[in-house]
Amino acid sequence: MAPVLELRVNGRLHRVQADPAKSLLAVLREDLDLTGAKYGCGEGQCGACTVLVDGRAVRSCITPVGSIGARPVLTIEGLADGDALHPLQQAFLDEGAMQCGYCTPGMIMAALDLLGRAPAPAEDEVRRALEGNICRCGTYSRIVRAVLRAAGTATEAGNE
Amino acid sequence: MSEQRIEPDRYELKKAPRYHFALSRRQFLGTVGAGVVVLVVARDGLSLDEQEFGEAAMLRASADPISAWLHIGEDGAVTVFTGKVEVGQDIRTSLTQAVAEELGVPPARITLLMGDTDRVPYDAGTFGSRSTPQTGTQLRRAAAAARGTLLRLAVERWGVDDASQLALADGRVVHRAAGRSVGIGELTGGRKLVETIDADAPLRPAERWTIAGTPLPKVKGPDIVTGRHRYTSDMRLPGMLVGKVLRPPSFGARLASLDTTGAEAIPGVVVVRDGEFVGVAAPDEATANRALAALRAEWETTSSHPSHRDVFEHLRRTASGSGGSPGARGDIEAGLAAADERHEASYTAAYIAHVPLEPRAAVAQWDDGKLTVWTGTQRPFGVRAELARAFGISEERVRVLVPDTGSAYGGKHTGETAIEAARLAKAAQRPVRLVWTREEEFTWAYFRPGGVIDVKSGVRRDGTLTAWEFHNYNSGAAGIRTPYDVPNVRTQFHPADSPLRQGSYRALAATFNNFARETHMDELAARVGMDPLAFRLHNLRDERLRAVLEAAAERFGWSRWQQRSGRGIGLACGVEKGGYVATCAEVEVDRASGRVRVLRIVEAFECGAVVNPDGLRNQVEGAIVMGLGGALWEAVEFEDGRILNPRLSQYRVPRFGDVPPIDIVLLDRKDLPSAGAGETPIIAVAPAIGNAIYAAAGVRLRSLPLVPHGLAGTAP
Repeated sequence: MAPVLELRVNGRLHRVQADPAKSLLAVLREDLDLTGAKYGCGEGQCGACTVLVDGRAVRSCITPVGSIGARPVLTIEGLADGDALHPLQQAFLDEGAMQCGYCTPGMIMAALDLLGRAPAPAEDEVRRALEGNICRCGTYSRIVRAVLRAAGTATEAGNE
Repeated sequence: MSEQRIEPDRYELKKAPRYHFALSRRQFLGTVGAGVVVLVVARDGLSLDEQEFGEAAMLRASADPISAWLHIGEDGAVTVFTGKVEVGQDIRTSLTQAVAEELGVPPARITLLMGDTDRVPYDAGTFGSRSTPQTGTQLRRAAAAARGTLLRLAVERWGVDDASQLALADGRVVHRAAGRSVGIGELTGGRKLVETIDADAPLRPAERWTIAGTPLPKVKGPDIVTGRHRYTSDMRLPGMLVGKVLRPPSFGARLASLDTTGAEAIPGVVVVRDGEFVGVAAPDEATANRALAALRAEWETTSSHPSHRDVFEHLRRTASGSGGSPGARGDIEAGLAAADERHEASYTAAYIAHVPLEPRAAVAQWDDGKLTVWTGTQRPFGVRAELARAFGISEERVRVLVPDTGSAYGGKHTGETAIEAARLAKAAQRPVRLVWTREEEFTWAYFRPGGVIDVKSGVRRDGTLTAWEFHNYNSGAAGIRTPYDVPNVRTQFHPADSPLRQGSYRALAATFNNFARETHMDELAARVGMDPLAFRLHNLRDERLRAVLEAAAERFGWSRWQQRSGRGIGLACGVEKGGYVATCAEVEVDRASGRVRVLRIVEAFECGAVVNPDGLRNQVEGAIVMGLGGALWEAVEFEDGRILNPRLSQYRVPRFGDVPPIDIVLLDRKDLPSAGAGETPIIAVAPAIGNAIYAAAGVRLRSLPLVPHGLAGTAP
C-alpha cells in the first residue's frame, strides 16, 4: 500500500495516497485532477509541466512527490483570484501570447518565478529565464512582451 | 514492411474515405431547436479538390454537399457548425470574426462547434491552408443569408416597407426612425426557419469590414491562461483506464513470442494481444507502465534499413521515373545551349519531426456497440473512417470529437492513437485514455519526408534565365514549379522508397523545393555577378511576388546594407497556396567556432484580404520560428530501423534564445480573396539564411539542416 502524503496545493491541504517516487506532475493530474500542468517530454526539457514549489519553478515531471514535503505547491489553477486574472494571465491575453496554448500554463508559472525574484526584469533576463520552456508554435517574442507587460503592471500595482 | 508505409496523406494526395455518411439535413435539423437555420451548399468549396484530386471529388459528389451550417437560437445565440478543428492556428477566432462581420452580432454571442462528426457537416480535414479561403467564405455566406432572413422577419413583424430602414447591430434588429428594436432570437417566434443557399450569395466587400480585418483576441484565451481548457490528454471519464502500447524495438520487427503472465498478475490490469498489437490498460499511469514492463516479448527484427547517413543514395536508387505530373515547356537542351553560364547542383533535406507539444492522445469509449473517441487530429472524418475500418463497423456507429488541440503542424492527420485507445477500451469494457510519450511521438508518428533535389540551369551573361531543370526525389511536389520566367523548363517529382513513415508537414515539400530553387538562384546570381535581389526581379514578372520581394528588401534595408566582417545578408521568395512571401535574413558567422547566429529576419507576406491581422502576424511569426529549426538544426537520425534521437534533449527545436528580432510586413490586398496563412510564411526562411551564410563566409550550404553542428565541419 502506498503511503498517504499531505500536499499543500494552491493553498489547500490534500491527502494523497501515492508512491513517494511518483512524479509531482502525475499526482497533480491523476490524483488532484489539476490538469493545467502538462506532460510534454518527461525529461524536464520543455517546461510544459512547470509549477512553483515554495515560490520557485520546478519541472514537475521529474520531481518526485515525496521530495515536496510541507512546501507549498502553486499551479496555474491557483493563480487567478476568482474571476480576477493574475497580471501575468491578463498580459498573455493582451499580447495574444499563445497559439495552441499547450505551453502557456508552464510559461506563466516560469515567468511568475522570474517576477518573484526580479520584479522588473530586462528583456534578456526574461529570455534567459524562460529558455527551458518550449513554445513549438513560436510565439516567443509575444511571450517576452507579455512578461514585460505584466512586470510593468505589477510594479505599478505595487507602488500604489 | 512496405504496406505499413503507405500513408493516405503522403504528399497530401488525400483520398476521401470510400464511404462517408455525412449527417443528413434531416438528422441535423432534429438536433437543433427553433430559430433560423442556414445550410450552405458548397460547390465552390470543392472546386480546388476537383481540380487536383479527381477521385476524391468524384466520391464526394455523391454525398450530401452541405458544407456548413449555422443556427440562431431563440435566445439569440449563434452556433456555427464546422468540421474544421483548432490546433493553434486560431481558426476558431477568425471564423467567429467572419460570421460576426456578416451577421452583425458581437463575436461573444457566437459559438463554433468544431470537429464533432455527429454534429457537423463532412469536412476533408484542416490542412492545406483552406480554412480561411473556403470555410471562411462559406460561413460568411451562411451568415449573410441569415442576416437577410432576420431583416425579412423584422420587415414582416413591423409592417415596414423594406429592410432599408433597418439595421442589425449588437444582436438586435433596429428600426431607428421608429425607435424600436428586437433581439434576433425573438424574431422566429418559436418556428424553425430553414434556408438553403448556394455559392453566389453576396458578401460584404473587405473594404467595408468592421469586425473582420481588425484584431480579435483568441476566443478561448481565458480558458488557456487559467489552465481550464481540457485538451484530449487532460480528459477524464468515469471509470477510465490509462492505456499503454508495447512498441517493437525497430521498424518492421515482428512479434515472435509474448508472455503476458507477469502483467496480468497485476491487479486491475487488462492485457490485449490482437495480431501484432499488444497493449495494456490499468487504473493509473504508474500501474500501466509497470504492466508494460512486465510483458515478456521476443521480436524478429529485419535487417538492411538505410540510415540517415546513406538515405539520400537510397532515395535516388529507389526513385521511380514519373511521379505526379511532370512540368515541361520549351526545349531544355536548347535552353542550356543558349546559356553563357551553366550550373548543376544537388540539394538534400533531412527527415524532420513535427514535435507538437501535446503528443498524440485519444480517449475511447464503447457504449452498446457505438464507439466515441476524443482525439487531437486534423481529420476527424478521416479518423472516423479509420476507426470504422479497423473495427469492422459502419461509420454511423463511430463518433469522433476533437477538443482544441495542442498543435499539429500537419503531423496529426492519422488515427493510430484513436485506434489503439479504442482497441484497449473494447477489451477493457471501460473508457481508455492513451497519451503517447514523447519518445513514441518521435518514433511512431510520421515525419516530414527527407529528399534530394538535382537542379541544372542556364543563364545568359545579362542575368536572363534560359533553362531550368529540377528533379525532386521523395520529398514531394508542393511548390515544385518555379515562379520565374524561364522559356525552357523541365520539372519532375520522383517518388521513392522511404525508410521512414512520412506524411504532411507545414507547407509540405514547398519548404525544400523553395530551398533548392532559391539557393540555386543565389548561386546563379553570383555566377553572373548580379545582386541577388536584382537578379530575381530581372527574371520575375509575377507582380504579387515582386511586391513582397520589394517590400521585404525595402524594410530590411537591403540596398543600404554595409558589409561587415563575419556578417552577411540573404534573401529568398516564393509562392504557395495562394500566399506570396519574401524573407531577408542577416547572419553572423564566427569562423573560429563555427557558430552561426541569425541576427534579424524581415519577412513580407501577402495573402489577399486580411481577416485577423493580429492572428495573421502570430501565424507568420510562428512559421518563421518553426522554419529556423528546420533550417539550422533539426534532423531525425536513424539506423537499423531505430530512431537515434527520439527525445527533446537530443533533437533541437527553437527556444527563446534562438529567435532573432523578426519584422513582419503584411501587404493587405482587400481587392483579392483571402488565402490561408499557416504554411507559406515558412518556405523562404531556410534559403534566406543559407544565402546569408554564403554572403558572410563564402561557404555554399546545400543541405537542410544547414548547420546542425555549426559551420566548422563544412569545407569551404
